[in-house]
Amino acid sequence: MRNKATSLSWIEFLITRLVKASGYSAIVFVGLIFFFLMGEGLPALAETSLSSLLSTRWYPIEGYYGLLPLIGGSLVVTLGATLVAVPVGIGTAVFISEIAPRWLREILKPLVEVLGGFPSVVLGFLGVLVLSPFLREFLGLPTGLTALAGSLLLGGIAIPTVVSVAEDALDAVPRSYRDAALALGATQWQTIWRVTLPAARSGVLTAVMLGVGRAIGETMAVMMVTGNAPVLRLGLEALFMPTRTMTATIAAEMGEVANGSEHYHVLFLIGIALFLISLAINVTASALVFRQHKRSERILS
Amino acid sequence: MTAEPMTPAPRMARATSSASRLRVQKIGFGLLGLLAALTVLPIIAVVVYMIVQGAPAISWEFLTGFPREGMRAGGIWPAIVGTFFLTLGTAIFAVPLGIGAAIYLSEYASENRWTRLIRIAIINLAGIPSVVYGLFGMGLFVLFLNFGTSILAGSLTLSIMTLPVIISTTEEALRAVPQSFRVVSISLGGTRWQTIWRIVLPQSLPGILTGVILGLERAAGETAPILFTVAAFFLPRLPHSPLDATMALPYHLFVISTQVPGMPVQIQYGTALVLLAFVLSMNIIATVIRSRARKRRQW
Amino acid sequence: MNKIVIENLTLHYSDGTESLKNISLNIAANAITVLLGPAGGGKSSLLRVLNRLNDLADVEEVSGRVLLDEVDILDPKTDVIALRRRVGMVFARPVVLPFSIRGNLTYGLELAGERDPVVLEEAVERSLQQAALWDEVKDRLNDPAVALSGGQQQRLCLARSLVLKPEVILLDEPTSGLDPISTGKVETSLEELKKQYTIVLVPHSIQQAARTADYAAFFLQGELIEFAVGKDLFVKPRDKRTQDYIEGRFG
Repeated sequence: MRNKATSLSWIEFLITRLVKASGYSAIVFVGLIFFFLMGEGLPALAETSLSSLLSTRWYPIEGYYGLLPLIGGSLVVTLGATLVAVPVGIGTAVFISEIAPRWLREILKPLVEVLGGFPSVVLGFLGVLVLSPFLREFLGLPTGLTALAGSLLLGGIAIPTVVSVAEDALDAVPRSYRDAALALGATQWQTIWRVTLPAARSGVLTAVMLGVGRAIGETMAVMMVTGNAPVLRLGLEALFMPTRTMTATIAAEMGEVANGSEHYHVLFLIGIALFLISLAINVTASALVFRQHKRSERILS
Repeated sequence: MTAEPMTPAPRMARATSSASRLRVQKIGFGLLGLLAALTVLPIIAVVVYMIVQGAPAISWEFLTGFPREGMRAGGIWPAIVGTFFLTLGTAIFAVPLGIGAAIYLSEYASENRWTRLIRIAIINLAGIPSVVYGLFGMGLFVLFLNFGTSILAGSLTLSIMTLPVIISTTEEALRAVPQSFRVVSISLGGTRWQTIWRIVLPQSLPGILTGVILGLERAAGETAPILFTVAAFFLPRLPHSPLDATMALPYHLFVISTQVPGMPVQIQYGTALVLLAFVLSMNIIATVIRSRARKRRQW
Repeated sequence: MNKIVIENLTLHYSDGTESLKNISLNIAANAITVLLGPAGGGKSSLLRVLNRLNDLADVEEVSGRVLLDEVDILDPKTDVIALRRRVGMVFARPVVLPFSIRGNLTYGLELAGERDPVVLEEAVERSLQQAALWDEVKDRLNDPAVALSGGQQQRLCLARSLVLKPEVILLDEPTSGLDPISTGKVETSLEELKKQYTIVLVPHSIQQAARTADYAAFFLQGELIEFAVGKDLFVKPRDKRTQDYIEGRFG
């Protein structure tokens, strides 16, 4: 009996340690990723002058490492994707959580999840074969491989993120809020618009941010359909021209550079930028969620 | 309760305004329904279109043959096998680590600064762009640890990327198990681990499985993290060991749809359909497990 | 003979909810000691100290001594697992584990490493007999326990703690959700059980307290106001506050 007890406490001790280590591994990985990116990317700042990095010409073969066209490409495509994903995603979330009857909800929710599971390379493939020829014909462009094609695809890719986060936020609004509004004579529409959505606003904002984050970080689909043209363009016409995002640049060029070269370091530098952008978005989004929790706890207690 | 005397005029005014309010509501609902349709119909269209276009390419020879003539003919067997091994490798690393971390967060950790830091780290892992994982995997596993471009390096990279999905869904499943079960088990002389092992884990198993499958689904479909860590452009043989490079379905699809001139469309659609079927079947299995478990649950 | 001796026990939770203030109380063996008083008075906290279940809660401060067979169970070196096998607990709401009826009963023994089917079967029947449930469930031991009625579930929970042959049984309002007939059955089994066990009961009504008490202690806001032998507390309370409570003026 005594032996049994000691062996039990040994298992207990070991497992507690293992489980704790797994928990802390998340911090270790984020740290590792950060330091590896820094180690490989920061030398670029020494090798390449800041004015070169901030120029408008990306042409690595001749040593031009201007990041502005890539940043511009990411901005244009992401902005377009946001314009698609936010209204459609939030509208869908409101429809699913507030309006759709139960049976329809049971169909819609898994379908949106299916979209979330589409490999981006499959969407990119369809973008190349179906979407961009269509855009070329329809808009009379010289090529359909444009920022617009990227925006539409990215919008689609970001929608499931927006829908699921926004829907969670709407679900979390207490039933009693809606009942109170309805009891005061508001229509269901007014209740959604004036009570439910405002009550869920920080969650909806989180949904938008995470959707944007998803769009900025997306790589394959956007690389395949945006036409690989690292040229800085501003204004509305940029949408209808080929472009190149930061992510696509890394994916397209990393395979061909020599380890430790200037080009290699600059690509890692872009990686650092992407890492920091996602860090900023996610920390802000989680802080928003955290604050919302705190507030509701205060109300309830 | 006292009945207020009602004058006719305001009643009529209210009637008209409520009619117009209802009209606004009708238009609004129609608009939202349209947005939902805009989300959902393309999904159905894509799946149907892929099946229609891809099905003619699917044959026994296509699924089990090796690519020939610079991938313009033959099958995709090495890519299927490669994706299978990558998914398996990811599962080997990510599942125990992810479930362990979730158990820590749900059953052991108290809410303090360190726990909050772990949560922030997990949220960040979930947000890091997949191509950055590719960079990191190349830097750490391929070059620094000298695994070369290999299944091992790719699986490890995909594991870290998959971890947040597994952790958060598992933690949610663990927390759904009623606290009273734990208290009863402890009061009957159970240790913390006995309670987890005999009650909490079995009861949350369907939820955990769902999370694991959804995580692996993501790993199976990703291209960017394996670009520089595993993928072989053209390698018409099966991998011999975890340190071998391999072809993989997503990367293969990328290659044949953008890098190979004169590629027969049918092979492209066939490959895309196989990848989509692989990934969506995991999705469907996860959904079925979840909904069946919900119906059977005794609490 | 005193099974448990509580000396100057003080306890605070970090969230400032219930607390215990300098409690000293003797709990006799082979008898039912009833702890009564209005909600938040400290009864449940005291029960949870007796098998160290309060380890799970955020306890800020504990002082004093709780002697079980003359050994202090608040000592940090106490083997709490062994303690909880000696001191069983039944909760207010019947919590059946998501197993079969048999699985609920054998769970505690399996945790202790018991695998012998003969021992397990014997324990199942004995405990069900003691909890007056055997006749109702003996033909369906493999059915899920959630299929039982509320009253049966609560007796199953009682049986589940009896499986371990504890020395002390703690019951926290065990009949609060039950109909009068089930309540009667539980009370009858307690009368039987006290021949072998020490029982500490937080009753769900003053009537139940009066029916079952061999000893009674009245708690108010964390303090032990009055302790009495037999039915004295109900018949001739010495403290005004006890009297007010017994007569239903508050609580």
